[in-house]
Amino acid sequence: MSEPLLIVKNLFCERDDRVLFDQLSFDVSAGDVVQIEGQNGSGKTTLLRILGALSRHYEGDIYWKGTSIHDDSLTYRNDLLYLGHQPGVKAVLTPEENLRWFMALHPSLDVGQIRHALTEVGLRGFEDVPCHMLSAGQNRRVGLARLYLSQALLWILDEPFTAIDKQGVAAQEALLLAHAERGGAVILTTHHELNLGQFVRRVNLDKQVGTK
Amino acid sequence: MSAFQTKKLPELKPGFETEAFSPGKILLATLKRDVKLAFRRQSDWVNPLIFFLMVASLFPLGVSPEPKLLSTIAPGVVWVAALLSTLLSMDSLFRSDFEDGSLEQILVSPQPLYFVVLGKVLSHWMMTGLPLTLMAPLLGVMLFLPFEGMGGLVLSLLIGTPTLSLVGGIGAALTVGLRKGGVLVSLLVIPLYIPVLIFGTAAIEASLTGLPVAGHLALLGAMLVLGLTLAPLAIAAALRISVSG
Repeated sequence: MSEPLLIVKNLFCERDDRVLFDQLSFDVSAGDVVQIEGQNGSGKTTLLRILGALSRHYEGDIYWKGTSIHDDSLTYRNDLLYLGHQPGVKAVLTPEENLRWFMALHPSLDVGQIRHALTEVGLRGFEDVPCHMLSAGQNRRVGLARLYLSQALLWILDEPFTAIDKQGVAAQEALLLAHAERGGAVILTTHHELNLGQFVRRVNLDKQVGTK
Repeated sequence: MSAFQTKKLPELKPGFETEAFSPGKILLATLKRDVKLAFRRQSDWVNPLIFFLMVASLFPLGVSPEPKLLSTIAPGVVWVAALLSTLLSMDSLFRSDFEDGSLEQILVSPQPLYFVVLGKVLSHWMMTGLPLTLMAPLLGVMLFLPFEGMGGLVLSLLIGTPTLSLVGGIGAALTVGLRKGGVLVSLLVIPLYIPVLIFGTAAIEASLTGLPVAGHLALLGAMLVLGLTLAPLAIAAALRISVSG
């Protein structure tokens, strides 16, 4: 195995006097799919927000390619695709406009790919329909279309399969696999049983829960 | 494991996104996006305008229809109404982006937050401050403001309202993470609005009495430059704190 991309060392986080995790260490290499497991409230989203450099309420170290993610945050954000609990889809914009904004935030990506990405997530024909007219699952798919556009090495996905139908989930699993095979890495949380066999590594937060 | 569907993704090109980014481009893209959003959700920017118009039209009814009295209080009334209607619209500046996750997407993107924030504030000003400024002469006429005061009125609002948007943005960014931040924004921001109000009304008074207006406008301009350079930094930092919490 080559050098790990992301190294998490002795992560500690507490919320409202409740320790979510303590001494949490793991690393993610190219080609890994890491599933964060745990019951509701065990801190999965909190962990992903910390890994996405959105939250700094933690102790410990996180290194991306050998440097702390907050020391060289620009490099890290260049390599990162973060899909949060909320999909970040504007209800009054159409799927295409939403993706155009994503492209504006990542200007080196190819705008011509938007139609292709929307076709891939099954939203062909809905390009010009405002997102508030679409179903919850379709809105989620607009967010997921970013995965087809992105050139980021690390994907952090918080419950990407929420409200997605069975065929959609199978397609997303295949997508995660394809990303791992092209040398990318995925960290995700899901309550869905991932059908990816030996490709998945699991990090369980349940044992970490405790009170101070 | 033949059950897997196979997918093809384009090859990853290392360092693909590390090309030099242009701040102007993201500023323009943000501006376009926010103006488009505002046009689709009209209540956000129509409400403050109606509020502005109503305050000015209710004053003669509540105080006195006497032209002499109205013309003396007109500069203050117009400015206070502009200030309050800006404040009214401030809370929604980052609210919807925060709630639907767009703000997170902006924060994790490699774009300089300073310019995204500047674009958002400028578009806020274009949808509130600018229409307020354009409507102000109408209100001036309704309140019997003498014609000589119109120049001072429009110019002071034109230079003063962007400062209101910039300073209000700091308050909005600090309170966006709170469930009910509306009142807090006012408390945080009002003290910082007072200098703008003082010099804004002073500019109108000066132009009414025939004194030079340039000094007041220069001070308003200085506040605007200070706001343009420093407020986006403060807003960016406040947004990071709000999202982090």
